[in-house]
Amino acid sequence: MMFAAATLAILAALALVVSRAILGPTVFDRALAGNSVGTLAILLLAVVGFLTGRPEWLDIAITYGLLNLIGTLAVLKYFRYGDLAYDDEDGA
Amino acid sequence: MDLVIEIASWGLILTGSFFIMVGAVGMNRMPDVFTRMHAASVIDTTGAGFLIFGLILQAGFTLVAAKLVFILLLFFFTGPVVSHALAQAALTAGVEPILADDRRPGHQATPDDTAGRAEGVAAEQGEQPA
Repeated sequence: MMFAAATLAILAALALVVSRAILGPTVFDRALAGNSVGTLAILLLAVVGFLTGRPEWLDIAITYGLLNLIGTLAVLKYFRYGDLAYDDEDGA
Repeated sequence: MDLVIEIASWGLILTGSFFIMVGAVGMNRMPDVFTRMHAASVIDTTGAGFLIFGLILQAGFTLVAAKLVFILLLFFFTGPVVSHALAQAALTAGVEPILADDRRPGHQATPDDTAGRAEGVAAEQGEQPA
């Protein structure tokens, strides 16, 4: 019962965060919202795993957490340099 | 004893859900990207923290609890890294924090307040402040 309540709260929060990702005026708002979507997806995986009695989904949640960090940093680097393979000597 | 753990777990999970909703609403109501980062960190710390502590109480002393502790540690180490990178990227890209001035009653914002911020940004970019 409390898992269902937590699932509903996380889904509502996801809807609000996705609306910020769509509305967000700057690219940094969207990157921030994308990071929060990742955080909420991890929590959703954990809670739904308990809701259905299969907490093994936590492995997927850990993997997603690691990917979330790398993904956000890659997006920020891309929008700072316009290139993921930025080399200072090229000046590219 | 089981009842005590069950009630504590209820309370923690509902508190975590509440703070997750607070963070998500804050991300829609805050005025600029730096204040929205503050709302997003509410989700990362208080929301996730309370929720995962509640799930740990449900799991008991098992491998599942260890995995939940790993997820919590992951949040606590990656959250500040991402926040720092995001704030620095936004500052160097020229996004102005609109709430940076001291707005306490009776306090006049001096030019030094904003000058110090510009020097800080210039130092981040490897330039000498004038």
